[in-house]
Amino acid sequence: MKRMYILSLSLLLCLLTMSTVQAATLDAFQGQKGTINIAGGTAHIPVMKAAAQSIMTSVPDIRITVTGGGSGVGVQQVGEGLVDIGNTGRALKDSEIEKYGLQTFPFAIDGVAVAVHPENPVNGLTKDQLIKIFTGEITHWQDVGGSDAPITLYVREDGSGTRETFEERALDKATPSSNSNVSNSNGAMKTMISQDKNAIGYVGIGHLDASTKAVTIDGMEPSQENAQNGSYTITRLLYMNTKGEPQGLVRLFIDYVYSEDGQGFISAAGYIPVIKD
Amino acid sequence: MEYPKKTHDFSWAQTYVYLAAGFVLASVILLVVMIVVFAGPALLEQGNLGIFTWHWNPYQGHFGILPMVMGSIILSFSALFLALPLAISLCGLMLTAPKHLAVKVLQAAIRFMTAIPTVVYAFVGVLLLTPLVRLTFAGSGLSLLTATLVLALLIMPTMVLVLNSGLGFKLDELCPHGLAIGLDKFELLWFFVFPRSKKTFLAAGLLGFGRAVGDTLIPLMLAGNAPQVPQGLGQSLRTLSAHMALVTANEVGGAAYSSLFMAGFLLLGISALVSIISRALVKN
Repeated sequence: MKRMYILSLSLLLCLLTMSTVQAATLDAFQGQKGTINIAGGTAHIPVMKAAAQSIMTSVPDIRITVTGGGSGVGVQQVGEGLVDIGNTGRALKDSEIEKYGLQTFPFAIDGVAVAVHPENPVNGLTKDQLIKIFTGEITHWQDVGGSDAPITLYVREDGSGTRETFEERALDKATPSSNSNVSNSNGAMKTMISQDKNAIGYVGIGHLDASTKAVTIDGMEPSQENAQNGSYTITRLLYMNTKGEPQGLVRLFIDYVYSEDGQGFISAAGYIPVIKD
Repeated sequence: MEYPKKTHDFSWAQTYVYLAAGFVLASVILLVVMIVVFAGPALLEQGNLGIFTWHWNPYQGHFGILPMVMGSIILSFSALFLALPLAISLCGLMLTAPKHLAVKVLQAAIRFMTAIPTVVYAFVGVLLLTPLVRLTFAGSGLSLLTATLVLALLIMPTMVLVLNSGLGFKLDELCPHGLAIGLDKFELLWFFVFPRSKKTFLAAGLLGFGRAVGDTLIPLMLAGNAPQVPQGLGQSLRTLSAHMALVTANEVGGAAYSSLFMAGFLLLGISALVSIISRALVKN
């Protein structure tokens, strides 16, 4: 009898200390078994990893793998059935939805910030200046209030979600100069900008840190709050995609990303959670 | 007369060798067939989009890959012209003074260098070489020069090893008599071995070229990747290999993706041509 008493008391304690929502969502995985494979956009990785770790810690019978590869890889692999969830940093094209029968789940907002070297005296640019810089019309920093030095341009590769967002929302679809240097990840972009005093490029707001300096565009301050409240407009959505309606474990995983836990992981990675209606 | 009885049956080994050879051959054929099958439609259907033009901008429907073809050729020849004389000098040093401590250290270092993955070269290049190049030329430091220097460093050890094995035995053959008539090793190498070793030089050069043209990570991380033909050493360029790595990361289907198979076909063509020429030369 005494043992039962202690057991129920500890159970009660557990319930009191745990947030009920958290318990409910992770509870859904109890007794489940199997594997979830996730691939695609690199911006998604911190969120996917945090969610995967939390699930695997609580239910060791579930295995979740998370790899990158980029938005295109995400679409292709989920479409061909090689992974269960394919992540993209852009909306799916109609042709992709048609070809593979994909379902899409936007779960986070990511802002793209224009970044320069921390020692660059320029703190803000107008959209017009930004377009002229990236199309190669303005080639020297002194023309926009900076030091007497040529501007070096850094862009992301064709098809990158970050690039698409930037060109659509910040450059009004202007085409960047063809002599821009091309980096193939947010990390590579940051490394190059932090090394080059005359650099200008762009990274996801979640990737901003002391190694680069973000500049304001038309007075818009790039920050998570501003991206969320709509006052910073160079933003994009991050998507999870599945082939057909997600079933079983995959369904649970997607629900978990939308749960309060998932929103915590999204905020921790520097993005803004999308609340599912 | 009685033959000794066979103690071992090696027919399994023979079967195994045939299987392995067949497998490799089939893979190569499959690779070529696949690339041709995919590249063909790209060329036929999207021929009007101009794959063989000088302008790459997929958002505006320009899929010209000629800047990348030029990029690959310019970069690998630059690296080759830098690395070949260096490799010949190093090889000469190793053959003429093989017992010197410094030469022994050098030899060990060069053997070790052949085992370093290209991503390590590229990463060190990004951290150490690009800032120097940036100070010399204005710009980003990601340029033809940077990629050439690192690529030369990558292909040089392989070439030294090929040269060493090709020239070493010729020198050894000449040595006893040559030294007896009063010539030293360097004179033997310079006057007798080098003039009769054109094929070894060519083989080493072609092997180096093949490695340089196929490498992806060094140009991807160091050449800047701007889809243009560089007008100088300090300018950014994009090679076919880096181009494929950049586009496959994000594209599935569509004209840009299809044009990659053409790019792959050209890269395969360049590599195959170099390999065929080098084989023919080594055979003769």
